[in-house]
Amino acid sequence: MFRISRKMELSDAVLLFEIEAHDIARKAKAGNFFVLRINEQGERIPLTIADFNKENGTITAVFQKMGKTTHQLAELGEGDSIHDVIGPLGMHSHIENFGKVICVGGGVGIAPVYPIARALKEAGNTVLSVIGARTKNLIFWEEKMREVSDDLIIVTDDGSQGRKAVVTVPVDELLSEDKSIQRVIAIGPAIMMKFVCVTTEKHQVKTIVSLNSIMVDGTGMCGACRVEVGGETKFACVDGPEFDGHQVDFNLLMARQRMYGEEEKAAFERYKITLEVK
Amino acid sequence: MEEKKIKNRVKMREQEARERARNFIEVPYGYTPEEASEEASRCLNCLKPTCRSGCPVEVDIPSFIQLIKEGKFTEAAWKIKEKNALPAVCGRVCPQEIQCESMCILGKKGDPVAIGNLERFVSDYEASQGKIQMPEKPAPTGRKIAIIGSGPGGLTCAADLIRSGHDVTLFEALHKPGGVLVYGIPEFRLPKAIVEREVEYIKKLGVEVKVNAVIGKLFTLDELLSDYGYDACFIATGAGLPVFMGIPGENLNGVYSSNEFLTRANLMKAYLFPEYDTPIKRGKKVAVFGGGNVAMDSARVALRLGAEKVYLVYRRSEAEMPARKAEIHHAHEEGIEFMLLTAPLKFLDDGKGNVNSVECIKMELGEPDASGRRKPAPIKGSQFTLEIDVAIPAIGTRSNPLLTKTMPDLNLNKRGYIVADHETGMTTKPGVFAGGDIVTGSATVILAMGAGKKAARGINDYLKWKFWDTGGITQ
Repeated sequence: MFRISRKMELSDAVLLFEIEAHDIARKAKAGNFFVLRINEQGERIPLTIADFNKENGTITAVFQKMGKTTHQLAELGEGDSIHDVIGPLGMHSHIENFGKVICVGGGVGIAPVYPIARALKEAGNTVLSVIGARTKNLIFWEEKMREVSDDLIIVTDDGSQGRKAVVTVPVDELLSEDKSIQRVIAIGPAIMMKFVCVTTEKHQVKTIVSLNSIMVDGTGMCGACRVEVGGETKFACVDGPEFDGHQVDFNLLMARQRMYGEEEKAAFERYKITLEVK
Repeated sequence: MEEKKIKNRVKMREQEARERARNFIEVPYGYTPEEASEEASRCLNCLKPTCRSGCPVEVDIPSFIQLIKEGKFTEAAWKIKEKNALPAVCGRVCPQEIQCESMCILGKKGDPVAIGNLERFVSDYEASQGKIQMPEKPAPTGRKIAIIGSGPGGLTCAADLIRSGHDVTLFEALHKPGGVLVYGIPEFRLPKAIVEREVEYIKKLGVEVKVNAVIGKLFTLDELLSDYGYDACFIATGAGLPVFMGIPGENLNGVYSSNEFLTRANLMKAYLFPEYDTPIKRGKKVAVFGGGNVAMDSARVALRLGAEKVYLVYRRSEAEMPARKAEIHHAHEEGIEFMLLTAPLKFLDDGKGNVNSVECIKMELGEPDASGRRKPAPIKGSQFTLEIDVAIPAIGTRSNPLLTKTMPDLNLNKRGYIVADHETGMTTKPGVFAGGDIVTGSATVILAMGAGKKAARGINDYLKWKFWDTGGITQ
């Protein structure tokens, strides 16, 4: 059992948990993820390790309430426990001093991009960050991102905070203005990553994305998370989750993410009824 | 009458095929005490029992059968447990027909003694009596052993080493111990309560089980050996990665590796969705590709999930199928449609990313290949399309590099399996032993258990003499 030591609401739909997981915190690096299972009936879902504290032995999970499992998770409070927490999984981010980089975080993707931005900054990079969401209430960690960035641009679809734009607009501008940018890291919804890659490909700047495919075991055993990168099948859980975005078949990723759309909807409806009964 | 009794074994009653094809309840019911006694009485108590030499874990078969004859069922179970900590599992999933039972002298004239059925009976009987006997606790040696992987090999090795007096920790990457016994083999062949019961027994012996521990990620093996004070370790991580067929359309929705399909159904209990949260596609028309036990399991699970048609597509003929005869027989009985001498060419989609058919081609058998089986070759122009909504390639596994890639000082063979001595489990890294599928490639539960037993002996010798001879290990 893994105790939740801290719970925070980051935005309307996004929550933060600090989870006591000593051994995982000791080994975690930027870009790693973990798998959790809430209880005996629960499914295994992957979440990025958004931060970690080796002294306190905690890992930070940031998640958006989407379907049954994430809503059920959100019902847990400080002091409650999660049945299973498995990690750190996946390849960690490749960090070196590239020179100048852009870190893009969209929606709940702001959380996983933060430790990468921090690590890149610590490695000596000039870090330009772009964070965006549909609306103001979904933006979080503005201050944290500002601390590890040389410049921070905020965009919202509706203009309620920062610029009224999607993230690709400032990314395109930055790349047009500054040819010395060596690398872009983009994490967010698949559709956002797809269009960031379309944008950066135009400028021929290497772009790393983190793929959030459906997973079960997270150790390469099942192949649920397979993605196509450069025409080859890869497993996001062990070969990734980070890949060269220009090689990724995003349409396949998005189709595979929708595989259980009906089941997810049914499970969520059923869960809402059980909540009302309570 | 006597003649007939000697020739024919007592059949185990089982659920009727049409009924069981729609539920996940175990297929055979097990013997009653009367049936077990009658079957045991067939044993001739040979002066030189050959059955024993057919058992990879060295169970004293004649002695336990003798105890059944005397009506001492629990004592019979204890007799087996002297050598085998997983009798209820082995009684169900061991291929006895090619092991102990194949050596039984009765097999020359009729059915060999149903050793597997009897093993299953006594272990279930012991559990039903609530009289689980614990062996005497050995004097502690103060030595610590780490076992990586809690499948049949790891469990067996753990049980043997704890009985030698060592501290034993069993690390499991998943949230439940048992490895392939919980994620792979379906409920109707091996009820998960049975696995839990046998794992509980091993815990009661004193083995510490750490689930959710992905070695190579959470700890490296070197950390276990140097920082955590383990004197030796046994790698029994199994054959990890699914193999796909490499044909177009394999990443369409609805195409599952057998590993994924079975893990969802068995470990995650997706057949109980939505009571359990993990979903699984309940195909109406399902095609499984392959001819091994895993293919049979996948097909039979698909059927129980409500499929109208389940095709088993295999490129050779039934005679070449590697699956146990009993499993092939069960699959036939339940209505799995065998499409033999057929190979898939590509999967086609419905325009929304879901598989909706598979194009296949007919095959014919040519000359024997390296495996001694006749090699199939496609028949020109025999392509046809099969309408399906779920497809399950079950054509094998390959080695998972998750742990081994963190160990540059460990020799692997060309296919990424660990090079280890088959008698002792010794690898090229002192203190590190390995066995089971991660050494041999996909094999059976009992062979992994045999490897666990040998490694336990190898580890005991190593702890005694601190001698490491890797000279004999060949690539």
